Amino acid sequence: MKRTAFLVAAMAVLRKDALSEARSRELVGAMGLFSLLAVLVFSFALELNREARIEAVSGVLWVTVVFASILGLNRSMAIERDQGTIEALLLAPVHRSALYAGKLTGNFLFTVLVALAVALVITILYNVPVLTGTTLIIITGGTLGFTAIGTLLAAMTVQTRSRETLLPILMLPIAIPLLLASVRSSTYVLGGASDAQWLPWLTILIVLDVIYVALGFILFEFVIEE
Amino acid sequence: MSVSAQASSHLIDPGAEVNSRPRALIVLTIVTLILTAVGVVLWIAYAGVDVMQGNVQRIFYIHVSSFAGAFVALGGGVVGGFLYLWKRAPKWDHFALSCIEVGFGLSLINLFTGMVWARPIWNTWWTWDPRLTSAAIQTLTYAAYFMLRTGIENPDTRRRLASVYGILAFSTVVITFIIIRIRPDTIHPAVIGASPQNAEGGFELSSSMLATLSYTMIVWSVFVPMVLVWWRIRVENLNERVNALRAQILEK
Repeated sequence: MKRTAFLVAAMAVLRKDALSEARSRELVGAMGLFSLLAVLVFSFALELNREARIEAVSGVLWVTVVFASILGLNRSMAIERDQGTIEALLLAPVHRSALYAGKLTGNFLFTVLVALAVALVITILYNVPVLTGTTLIIITGGTLGFTAIGTLLAAMTVQTRSRETLLPILMLPIAIPLLLASVRSSTYVLGGASDAQWLPWLTILIVLDVIYVALGFILFEFVIEE
Repeated sequence: MSVSAQASSHLIDPGAEVNSRPRALIVLTIVTLILTAVGVVLWIAYAGVDVMQGNVQRIFYIHVSSFAGAFVALGGGVVGGFLYLWKRAPKWDHFALSCIEVGFGLSLINLFTGMVWARPIWNTWWTWDPRLTSAAIQTLTYAAYFMLRTGIENPDTRRRLASVYGILAFSTVVITFIIIRIRPDTIHPAVIGASPQNAEGGFELSSSMLATLSYTMIVWSVFVPMVLVWWRIRVENLNERVNALRAQILEK
């Protein structure tokens, strides 16, 4: 009974976000355009030969995805605040972690969409085949971790005076371990290293995902009560 | 909510007198000062000179001990954060804030002493080694914690969000501790357990060095954080009292 209520509530929040996104395309539009520009800027800034490109490409991918996700997470919470929907969500008689689940799923889906687009653009512009089965798993796992920690922190920073500026400052240091695991594992995979090299990093990535999502579920109710 | 209301009404009670300095704190402070001074004497006079590194090796006692102290103090920040979220008594947030400020200071000592040691041993003040990077990130995370606190005006919101972030931020401390054990490419030596393969300037401790290290570790991870946190909590309580009295005057 309680479980169905949780899922129903989470799905309702997700549907609301998906519907408003389908109509405005505000998040995916902003994140997508920013990512495209960032990848272009990187390709001008790092004029690379073939070998150096493989080394640098996963760094470019992840830095772009992280900054794009910060952009999207900020916007996603600011919309709730500006339109007053956050009060309505808080008034709803559901557990707060259901709201987190809904917001997280929405943010995750939008960001992973953008991350895949970035991978595609990088494949074309840098001529490095980024879209393979293993990298897809890494991209999904990394994005899940970033959005899990980011959804929690964005709900915090939206309540502060400086709002948008604070999210990257709070999020980047905490997300560094995740960034490290994502970049390492995808560099090894793209460089054609053996399983023994990238598998430990993928394991660390998944463990971090579990920790961040669990912390998000536990701590979210303390973040948005008022 | 009711707890904080009670606490503040107690604070602005006009008859309440300012608690004079507790004797236990004074005694503890003096004991800590003596213990720390004895530690300095031990580094200089008792521990032998490192054959490979010379006298600069002596800085390692404070370098390792200050990280231990930071670890304990920042861990206290996590405990304070959890207790605040659970009990909602402002005193737990004061405790967490004090712990984190002290831990931040000790982290800075750790970073700077490490740089001084690295200059002759690694021939550079700073290198983007995984351990150094994670220690720098740890310090920046707690700097972000202070920014978060100043960014929120409502005291209850500030305490709540700071508690959450203080808990999250401790993950960077754990990473700093374990990173030299999971990254094979670090050059930073490990003190507890085996050093990484390509560590530059490891430590093979003689018995007098080990005794000195154990002694300083205990002083810096138990006495120093405890005394500093205690004093800092008292400053925070006075702050609270001043704010309460100010509010009371404005009401009249």
